Amino acid sequence: MTTDPSIDPSGTPRSGSRERILARIRAAVADAPDAPEVTRDYLDTHTPDSTMVDLLAENLADYRAVVHRTDSAGLAELLRQLLAEHGSRTVLVPPGLPPSWLASADPTRIPDREESTAQELDEVDSVVTGCAVAIAETGTIVLDGGPDQGRRRISLVPDHHICVVRAPEQVVASVPQAMPRLDPTRPLTWISGPSATSDIELDRVEGVHGPRTLEVVLVED
Amino acid sequence: MSGTFVGMPSFPRAAKEAVHNKTLRDNLRHATHTIRDKRAKAVAELADWAELREAGKQIKDHTLRHLDRYLVQLESRVTEAGGTVHWAADADEANRIVADLVKATGESEVVKVKSMATQEIGLNEALEAEGIAAYETDLAELIVQLGDDRPSHILVPAIHRNRGEIRDIFREKMADWGRAAPHGLSDTPADLAEAARLHLREKFLRAKVGISGANFMVAETGTLVVFESEGNGRMCLTLPETLISVVGIEKVVPTWRDLEVFLQTLPRSSTAERMNPYTSTWTGTADGDGPRTFHLVLLDNGRTDTLADEVGRQALRCIRCSACLNVCPVYERAGGHAYGSVYPGPIGAILSPQLRGTQSEIDASLPYASSLCGACYEVCPVAIDIPEVLVHLRERVADQGGKGHRVEKAAMKAAGWVLDHPGVLGAGERVASRTRKLHPSKLPGAGAWTRSRELPEMPAEPFRDWWKKNRKPKSDGKKP
Repeated sequence: MTTDPSIDPSGTPRSGSRERILARIRAAVADAPDAPEVTRDYLDTHTPDSTMVDLLAENLADYRAVVHRTDSAGLAELLRQLLAEHGSRTVLVPPGLPPSWLASADPTRIPDREESTAQELDEVDSVVTGCAVAIAETGTIVLDGGPDQGRRRISLVPDHHICVVRAPEQVVASVPQAMPRLDPTRPLTWISGPSATSDIELDRVEGVHGPRTLEVVLVED
Repeated sequence: MSGTFVGMPSFPRAAKEAVHNKTLRDNLRHATHTIRDKRAKAVAELADWAELREAGKQIKDHTLRHLDRYLVQLESRVTEAGGTVHWAADADEANRIVADLVKATGESEVVKVKSMATQEIGLNEALEAEGIAAYETDLAELIVQLGDDRPSHILVPAIHRNRGEIRDIFREKMADWGRAAPHGLSDTPADLAEAARLHLREKFLRAKVGISGANFMVAETGTLVVFESEGNGRMCLTLPETLISVVGIEKVVPTWRDLEVFLQTLPRSSTAERMNPYTSTWTGTADGDGPRTFHLVLLDNGRTDTLADEVGRQALRCIRCSACLNVCPVYERAGGHAYGSVYPGPIGAILSPQLRGTQSEIDASLPYASSLCGACYEVCPVAIDIPEVLVHLRERVADQGGKGHRVEKAAMKAAGWVLDHPGVLGAGERVASRTRKLHPSKLPGAGAWTRSRELPEMPAEPFRDWWKKNRKPKSDGKKP
């Protein structure tokens, strides 16, 4: 071991427990055989690139997200329509959401601001965000707090979330392909279908605490 | 709350009640069979399951071998990212650290996302003693907490309750804890979930302190990860000003990339989904997004003892997926409570006696709470050889002695003598047959074996006598 346990890199106070636990670990494995580096014989993908976007749509729908497919030209009209169908009067907007997306939408825009209270967010009808990456094999969209996604709570508290995915450039086939595209120093939220529980007799019920309705718009040009 | 397992009777006695409770057995059977069938399908979708399982095993083994190095690295990264790391040798120390941190915020209530580690150390009870109310926010945990009950499954803690029981608990208890259940609440799962949503939302929106566990911690980046479905986890991890996470030291993995294995194997093994609805990762604190203060409490509480056992240490690979519970014939009949710990089922039978030692009655009995059928090993996504550890722990319990083992040894010795003396055996059999009407169907005092099994009926005559009568001599006069 090169790390000297008596040196504290952070300057935070250390209890005796830290040294005791580390000493106990070292004693416990002192005679253990060396554990080799991990062999990664598993697959990088299970899906050909040509079917990736279709599989994403299929798996999202299988987990009860509502999937729509359009192109850049049709996006604003589709978003207008989805918000109207939901009866939304207000919509939360991340700071960097392209203004053209909501150019035709009727609801009042509520900006994502740090000083908004959770109670205020609870009054908002819908939220529209982009995403960082989408994973076809698991039907997952990942948000990383980027300018078109906003804070974690805005995709959590409102009951209706519309997420826009640019396909195919934001779509990967598999989890192993997603990892290098994500920055772990940012707070990440992986979303696979709407909030759900199976705690009562294993009957799946959507919408316990997160949004009850998740709509995913795949924009393909 | 009676969330504690102190003073639990041994497994056979605790299980006895459960195996005679038909509602409980039906609930458990329905649940475990549903999950196990779905899991098999979810796993079959991945052609490289065996390789993922091997990689998961290797990642965990490598981490455990160099656990000191990875924990120190994790501590540095979390600190650099704005968090504070605390080390707790045992439950008391962890509870004291958390209680002091909560008190320092001036708050008297906290919201919690389901955490096995905080259940293991009895954190809710410890906070209650300090005047701090801890609200469980996972739907099943809420059912358990309101029902003054204990969890019975790792993944679905209220698996032993059916919808009618849950409705009754909500109607009777919700008002004591906050917003009451809606009038005329039905027993449909959708209505029950809605009642929980309304009841808990008022708590989420005002909460200043959140408490969590973590499924994984990444040493190279200082990132913590929570897998969940309902969004209660996201609420607890995002809305409060202060977040305190209590995590067992074995939950660390070396690299960000390592998560790609467990993100594939954990959901499929656990809820039998391709992916759970929500996974949250956070690295210290983030500007303007989520809690402003983050504390990580690293928990030993018996883990270093487990690590020191060369056969038993593999139990620390466990990622708490619960696949082993759902295939276990003993769990299916006995239920989770009989295991007397927050870790039920096969993994509990090897983890609890190692974390707590085998001195208590319940912990000494847990290694025997298995038929050693091996189904648990086959489904384990990190290839823990649970039967091997069970047998190993049985040796440890047998070596420490005890009443049961002396009786067993004496019985085996007596049986050996009888089998070595055919005349004695024949005479004994004839006596047994002639007195069979007098035999009880159970043998109280003859050991734990007969308490959960019917004795076989004694045949009308011994096999040797039947053989002599029914085998006529061959025509050459020789016996067959």
